[in-house]
Parts: sequence; C-alpha cells; structure tokens
Amino acid sequence: MARAFTPKVVTANDLLEGDVIYMTGDGNWTRDHAEAKLFEDEDEAKAALAKAETQSLKLVGAYLADAVRGEDGKPEPVHFREAFRTRGPSNYPELGKQAEL
Amino acid sequence: MYEYNQFDHDFVRNRVREFRAQVERRLDGSLTEDEFKPLRLMNGLYLQLHAYMLRVAVPYGTLNSRQMNQLAYISEKWDKGYGHFTTRQNIQYNWPKLKDVPDILDALADVEMHAIQTSGNCVRNVTADHFAGAAADEIEDPRPTAELLRQWSMDHPEFQFLPRKFKIAITGAPNDRAVTKAHDIGLRMVRNENDEPGYEVIVGGGLGRTPMVGKVARDFLPKADLLPYVEAILQVYNLNGRRDNKFKARIKILVHETGIETLREMIEEVFETQKALHIPPSEEMVKAIEAQFQPPEFDAGPVDEEKLAAAIESDPLFKSFMETNVHEHFDPNHAIVTISLKPIGGTPGDATADQMRVMANLAEAYAYDELRVSHEQNIILPHVRRDDLPEVFERLREAGLATANVGLITDMIACPGMDYCALATARSIPVAQEISNAFEDIKAQHDIGPLKIKISGCINACGHHHVGHIGILGLDKAGVESYQITLGGDGTETATIGERAGPGFSYEEIVPAIQRIVERYVEIREGVDETFLETYRRVGAEPFKNALYPETV
Ligand code: SF4
Repeated sequence: MARAFTPKVVTANDLLEGDVIYMTGDGNWTRDHAEAKLFEDEDEAKAALAKAETQSLKLVGAYLADAVRGEDGKPEPVHFREAFRTRGPSNYPELGKQAEL
Repeated sequence: MYEYNQFDHDFVRNRVREFRAQVERRLDGSLTEDEFKPLRLMNGLYLQLHAYMLRVAVPYGTLNSRQMNQLAYISEKWDKGYGHFTTRQNIQYNWPKLKDVPDILDALADVEMHAIQTSGNCVRNVTADHFAGAAADEIEDPRPTAELLRQWSMDHPEFQFLPRKFKIAITGAPNDRAVTKAHDIGLRMVRNENDEPGYEVIVGGGLGRTPMVGKVARDFLPKADLLPYVEAILQVYNLNGRRDNKFKARIKILVHETGIETLREMIEEVFETQKALHIPPSEEMVKAIEAQFQPPEFDAGPVDEEKLAAAIESDPLFKSFMETNVHEHFDPNHAIVTISLKPIGGTPGDATADQMRVMANLAEAYAYDELRVSHEQNIILPHVRRDDLPEVFERLREAGLATANVGLITDMIACPGMDYCALATARSIPVAQEISNAFEDIKAQHDIGPLKIKISGCINACGHHHVGHIGILGLDKAGVESYQITLGGDGTETATIGERAGPGFSYEEIVPAIQRIVERYVEIREGVDETFLETYRRVGAEPFKNALYPETV
C-alpha cells in the first residue's frame, strides 16, 4: 500500500552561495523556512518540484522535505536534519542562517 | 621540504584555469549540474548541508609557515575566518562561494598547494606519520616515498576512475601513528635481515560500513620496487574490484572475497610484468626528491637542561604540557611539540585565522619553518630546540593553543557530522564538545591517562570510531539522533576494530554513558599505569557493558 502523503516544502541549495533555500507561494525562493510554501496536495508538490528542477541556474539538488504547519500557521521542519538546515552549524551559533534570520 | 618544479607549477595552474572556465560554463548554463558535479569534485569542491565545502590537500601533512599563513589569509578573504583540519591531514573550508573558488585555487597555487584528488574514485592525498622526519623511533623519513607516490598518482591516466576511492598511508617508524592498517594500502618501513630498509605492504584495511584490518601482502618490499608493486595492486583492484555495488567496491571487500593468498598471487603476477615494463624513476630523480626532505641544520649548541627542569617545576601547566604535548626527537637537543586543536569545549580540528598565523610564526621562529597536520586533527611543530620550549608554550598559551591534553580523553577525533556534512546521520561535534566539558579538569584527565575517543556522524567513519578506544557512531534511529558505542578499538600497529557495546544512546544519554565507562575503568584498573586499553584487554567488555546498561545486570 502506498504511504499516505504528508505535507512538504520544496528545498534546495542556492547555486552561487550554496546555502539552503525554500520555494515560496509565488514560485520564488526564500532562505527562511517560515516563509516557504507548505504543499498539502501531492500533485501540487510534485509539480512544484518539477518546476524547481528546471531552474538549474538558480539552484542545486531540489527535493521535497516533510514539514508541518506550526501553531503560528507557518511551516516547521519535521526531521532533525531539516531543522539543522534551517539554522546552521550548532557549534557556531554566530554562523549560518541562525545568525542572519 | 618538497618544492614544486616547473612541471608541478604548470600542472596546478592549468588545472585552475580549466576549472575557472568550467565554473563560468556552469554559471552561464552551458554545463548542467550533472555535468559539472564530477568536475567540481575532481577539484575538491563539495556541496554540503549549509554551503559549499572546499577540501584542500596537505600532502603527507607537511606545511611551511608561508603556506599556513596563506591558509589563514584564504579563510579570512573568502571564508568565515577559520578552517577545519581533518583525519586525512587535509584542511576544509566550510563556506566558500562558487564564483570565488577559482580565485581560492589560484591563491593556493601561489604557495604550491591545491585541492586536486581530494575527492572522487582516485588515489587520494597520501597521508604519513605526522612525526615523520623528526621521530626518535624512525627508520627513515617516509615522506620522499610519499612524494614519489603523489607524483605517480597525480592525474594517473589509468587510475582516475577506480571502482571506489583509494587511500594510502605510510610510516617510517615501527610505532604506527599513521593508522596504516586501516587504509587501502598501508606502507610500514621495516628492515630485512641485511638491515636494508624496505616496506611491509598492507592491503585491504578500511573503516566505514565494513571495517577491516588490512592484511600483509608482502612482508618486505625493497624500496626500488615500490612503484611497480603499488601499480600492480591498483591494476588488480581496478580490474577486479566490484563496480556493481558501491558498498562493496573498496579493495577491502576484494581482499575479503578473494582471500589474501589468491590476491597476493594475482598482484605478484602483474608485478613481474610491471617490473619488466616499468621505467622506474631514475636514481637521480629519487635522490632529488630525497634531498628536499633532508632535516634542517640543527642548532647543536648545548641545551641548559637545568634551566628547563626549573621552568617545568615552577609551572604546573607547563609541566602538564611537557608530559602530553612534547615528544622525543631523534636529535637530543630538540623535541616534537604537538599543538592541540582540542580546547575544552571547542570544535576538534578547527583553527581560526589568527591561530593559524600564531602557529606559522612559531614554526618560522622556533621550528625551522616546518609544520605538520596530524590525522588526529592537531598541528605539530616537528623540531623545537628544548631551550625554546618554555617560550613556545607561553606563546601558545596566549593564543589559546596550549591545552595539555594530547592523547588524553579530551583529545578526541570528531568528524564534521550533521553540523556540516550532507551525508551525516547525526551530529558529532556537539557530542565531542560536551564530553570535553564533562572532563575539563586537566589534572583529572592526566589521572585517567591515555584514552582515545573517536566520533563519526555516520557509518562512513571519517571520525575513525572503529579504532577509538571508545568509539561513538551517530545514527538516525526513526528520526532521532542515536549514538552507538564501540569499545577496545586501536589504530596503531596492534590495530583492532572495536566491539559494539550494545543498544544506542540518545543525544542526552551519550555523555553520561561515556562517564560511566570511564568511572568503571578507574575503579577496576590495576594501578594508574594500566591504560584504558590495557584494562579492556585484560577484563573484556563485560564490566563496561554492566556500567553502560545497569538495568540489565
Ligand atoms: S563520517 Fe559521515 S558524517 Fe562524518 S564526515 Fe564522514 S561522511 Fe560526513
């Protein structure tokens, strides 16, 4: 039996900078997970990923990552790896997104 | 140390030029990522979790002050002001931007460095004993051989697409500080019955998913036969290594599946043809390389040992430093100083640009301009006059680099883990930091004695956890970080793969678990001179398992 679909965000690394980016509702890209579009429909998620994969001048390695809607209505990562990707290295809190966002 | 000839210079510069054009073509869309990725990897450029990562080779771990200063400069100009020294004697920059990488590679070429063959299924940077050329127990400096292997393997047309990556380590001393038994090929210098130096050749060692201690292919290989013999091993591996399964593609699996006897015969057969065909490097060329590794002209003036002894007695911190961070040199007036990159609570192997400059300046002023990177993620000043030890210690202390913990519990190896690495299944750096904080008292560490903890953030085992006296492997257990402990591993000439202690521990539980192992060891050791590993070998795993899992006793 196919597993039930769980909500996703589209994420990748920026081609020039290498840092983590997420697709927003208008098809642009943000560095802030909270601003990502949460896809709750499987077909929409797949279509968004397919669109991302055509943008090879912008990004590298797009994929769908599990996320849930948080209490504030914004998407939150599910897996710890994705949570680290929203922040940066835990040994240097002054580096990476955690310092900038 | 080795200086580039015109060929080396041209080769490295051409490679940078070529890569610059490849980056441009990626950025203007003429190359897809699928086409570009293998090209960037050939030049040491990875895409990690939060950014690109550039891995720069430090051949056989040897650097001079100019190179170390340049590494500092690069970290400030194009990165975030620090670098990470790795278990393969490389340095990694964690934040370069794609468009800057060709400039970084040019800046490296300015000081005869590069990032070629630090990735991909080729012969990687050859690693060596970090005390090479200085150790009291050395038969011969292994670095001329390492340099010969570097030249032979660099862009070797036949070996750029091996079944898998290929790592060679070499030591010139009977005490193995280069983990030769956990490499695809390990070379240990030995003497034959006529007292001639040659190599014991070990093949098929490796860690990762299927850890194995290497097997002896030849117990004595004359030095002159080295290249044809190594070439024969690579040919046999290239043809017979398993390309059908990435997890079975290393030479250790070939050794395991074929059996060392059969494989030895296959190697010997190719070796005979190779030897007949082979144009060996001319004696002149070998001599020219050897000449570049001659020890510096040591200052032979007498050392005021009484003054040194008084300095040691008057400062307990210096005394601790002398006990752990200073090792015997073959020249009695000199000593080898290990600079610990494991400050209490710090990130193992990281150095800031300022610290790199301090180390470079000390090398220039006190160590005949030489530095080494160790696979244990520390930096070595290989030749320091014993008179100068108090001054060197003082300068290190001012820079936060005088932690007296080399070989002790807080001198851990930790791979980057999930704080940087895209392959990681869990974090390793914060585990190391918390263990370090838990055992911060230097005196207590000295009481515990020699103990090597090694931590990897996934089964690839870059943190050498299998050969840690205590090994820690970070895994993803149903979406939660989980840490598996192995006990009794050993990376030296008595190499042993550690045994799994039992079920894993959560992130919160792992540090207390390590504390329980150490407490149990202190309780049951037969006197303070019995090291952790000796106790483990005497009593086995049981007492430690009981301490780890008291509820099952
Ligand atoms: S052991 Fe795994 S997590 Fe650690 S550096 Fe190697 S590949 Fe990355």
